[in-house]
Amino acid sequence: MPSPGVHHVEMHLLLEGVFQVYGHDFRDYAEASLHRRLSKWLTESRFSTFSQAQGAVLRDPAVFHSLLTGLTVNVTEMFRDPLAFKTIREQVVPHLRTYPSLKVWVAGCASGEEAYSMAILLEEEGFKDRYRIYATDVDPEVLEQAKAGIYPLKELQRFTQNYQKAGGRAAFSDYYSARFDRAMLEPRLRERMVFATHNLAVDAGFGEMHLALCRNVLIYFKPVLKQRVLSLLDTSITPGGFLCLGLKEGLETTEWQRSYEEVVARTRIYRKRYA
Amino acid sequence: MRAVAIGVSLGGLEALRTLLGALPAAFPTPILVVQHMAPESSDGLAMILNTVCALHVKEADADETPQPGTVYLAPANYHLLVETDGRLSLSVDPPVNYARPSVDVLFETAAEAFGVGLVGVLLTGAGSDGSRGLRTIQQRGGRTLVQDPLEAVADSMPRSALALLKPDAVLPLSGLASRLLQLTQYSTHSTPRPTRPA
Ligand SMILES: C[S@@+](CC[C@H](N)C(=O)[O-])C[C@H]1O[C@@H](n2cnc3c(N)ncnc32)[C@H](O)[C@@H]1O
Repeated sequence: MPSPGVHHVEMHLLLEGVFQVYGHDFRDYAEASLHRRLSKWLTESRFSTFSQAQGAVLRDPAVFHSLLTGLTVNVTEMFRDPLAFKTIREQVVPHLRTYPSLKVWVAGCASGEEAYSMAILLEEEGFKDRYRIYATDVDPEVLEQAKAGIYPLKELQRFTQNYQKAGGRAAFSDYYSARFDRAMLEPRLRERMVFATHNLAVDAGFGEMHLALCRNVLIYFKPVLKQRVLSLLDTSITPGGFLCLGLKEGLETTEWQRSYEEVVARTRIYRKRYA
Repeated sequence: MRAVAIGVSLGGLEALRTLLGALPAAFPTPILVVQHMAPESSDGLAMILNTVCALHVKEADADETPQPGTVYLAPANYHLLVETDGRLSLSVDPPVNYARPSVDVLFETAAEAFGVGLVGVLLTGAGSDGSRGLRTIQQRGGRTLVQDPLEAVADSMPRSALALLKPDAVLPLSGLASRLLQLTQYSTHSTPRPTRPA
């Protein structure tokens, strides 16, 4: 077995190559989990070291594609962390009502469950046609799933429980129709949603968002990339607007601590102060 | 020694109370713990352990550098990992061995980061999470301790480790506490005293 040092050097070279050839920049992603996923990909590949894989990855888009799939983490669910959605419903929505038209950004939306959860919440709170949800992710494949809004039926039980804990006002079954082992979300939920590929590591922000959710994305980044993304989110959020991070991602100890106030302690839902 | 990593599942609360409760506040290294728990568990475990431990017990935060005399618990529904610079990180990668947090994930990344400076401790639990990680710790030159399966509330985690490797010691909880003290006292004279955030 090569020493851990060599393994890491090889990983850095591979990531550098991937960036130069394909423009996908994983160099500032947190290494421990990245390394685990890469190693898993390696054991399932026909190569025995990253160095050996490098030539094929850089020359053969199909091999690169399999690597990319192995590297990305798209785990998500509807109304994940139900208390966060309950807090949005109870503490954030009253402020959002004051805007004649509402703009919500779900950054790193994966296969879309979080964005649909927001759509359901806003529908139930009576926003009707007064909102738009921008759902973005770096990974075009998951965005296709997001657009389709079709999920494995076996996950619906969990989604339903989450929905109820999140303070849902209807029967969750109103929002989907089941067919064989799949559940299709009501197409009308999608009417006010816009899906787009967007890379938080390199692309510019969106303007004038009243609420931005970016949950369980920052934990995958090294501090320097976290900084960049927080700054991007900050410039995209209007004063008085809201930022919702994952439960283990806080603004505490960052330079934005002062310009935001947590809505309820430890919910990681923050309101941006007026200048 | 630079760190202790502990993995535990079923029967963990009692085991952690006993083991961590026997260690002094001035314990010379950080202690990283994965206790299997349901996805929605609160941080109640840290509160309970704080009342019975001299050590400071907290839930791990991303990017923090672990301090001596402090116990870091993996949060419910997140894997706890160690970066090569010794900082902690978290992920929501899929469960490993049906578990998130998973003991293997902590052990394998900690072995990578701390090498010979790591002690891995596998305690009571159902299933087999932690065995492979403990073997990695051993392969990287770290020390490995396993709770005596005869004493464990659930013996399959310790037993599956024993089927995979020969650890440095197999001991009951009381013996594990004194062994940890022995192992860490050696070569730690220059380690700074624990500092606690205000
Ligand atoms: C673990 S999922 C989180 C999904 C959802 N926000 C949630 O909390 O359930 C992380 C998502 O972040 C996306 N992601 C990773 N790097 C990104 C980047 N640089 N820009 C935009 N999205 C990114 C991944 O493709 C993945 O879909």
